[in-house]
Amino acid sequence: MNAPPAPPAGPAVRTLEIRQSLLEGNDRQAAQNRRLFRDLGVVALNLVSSPGSGKTSLLERTLTEFGATTPCAAIVGDLETDNDARRLRRSTAPVVQITTGSACHLDAGMVSRAAGRLQLAGRRLLFIENVGNLVCPASFDLGEKLRVVLLSAAEGEDKPLKYPPIFKSADVVLLTKMDVAEVLGFDSNAAEENVRRIAPQARVIRLSSRTGDGIALWYELLRGLLRRE
Amino acid sequence: MHELGIMESAIEAVLAQARGHDATQVHQVVLRIGALSGVEPEALRLAFDAVVKDTPAAGADLEIETVPARGRCPNCDLEFAVDTDFVFTCPRCRRVSGELVQGRELEVARIQVS
Repeated sequence: MNAPPAPPAGPAVRTLEIRQSLLEGNDRQAAQNRRLFRDLGVVALNLVSSPGSGKTSLLERTLTEFGATTPCAAIVGDLETDNDARRLRRSTAPVVQITTGSACHLDAGMVSRAAGRLQLAGRRLLFIENVGNLVCPASFDLGEKLRVVLLSAAEGEDKPLKYPPIFKSADVVLLTKMDVAEVLGFDSNAAEENVRRIAPQARVIRLSSRTGDGIALWYELLRGLLRRE
Repeated sequence: MHELGIMESAIEAVLAQARGHDATQVHQVVLRIGALSGVEPEALRLAFDAVVKDTPAAGADLEIETVPARGRCPNCDLEFAVDTDFVFTCPRCRRVSGELVQGRELEVARIQVS
């Protein structure tokens, strides 16, 4: 480490009060995305979780079932590969993959560029599947209406206590892979209690994308969102 | 590790301000980082050393002020400090609140230049 250069003596050294947000650029773009989505009549959801918590499986099922009657679109973010987009393209919904390279989260600019590649007109729901990461996406508003955080039965019940920033910002928390909760010894009640302690504002839904248990509640929530628009 | 990108925008803002005030050297950068900002101060320090290289901020001192989390009770409207466990329990009526009034800050507070 270099030693800091000694400030020259005399009145030349000044203190400038700045108070500038480091996320200003992102927040400005997010506000622009939000206006665009509103003008198009599209409700955007930002899906966030650890890698492997079932974001893509949930979207596969949602785009096929819910998307059969409600026009949906999806943007999926990963460090590499378009595997997720290919999985989701089995439905009829338009899907765009963002490969972030090394970036650990999506930002509002990436979403704006991806949205430009989607035919969003006429779509009602836009699912944005964030990069699997419970830390970095917390800071980045994408212009979404709803932030959905997934916590799978394969993870610890105390995840909300370990990663408070992201759970604090959740509008909805989905407890996923409920079909294997018992065999994994996952205590769903304890997990839900931990969510309520960190994020009392969040709606909690338990579901399994594989068996379909609880998925009706998720669709009901989506329908409620569209009714409120 | 998103601290690098965040520090890049911080230094961009710092250098723009310095230029705007006809300064040629940045001596100190003070950041305000909320306890719930999702950013790791240690990672910010590492990133700082990397991004100030070969700029007028090279060798500048980085100070990080941590902004503690504060919540507001939706029931009795009390504003209160939050423990490090981030459970926002109102000390008056024991209700758990989701309302954050402070703690997500991520900003350049001030700089020292010449």
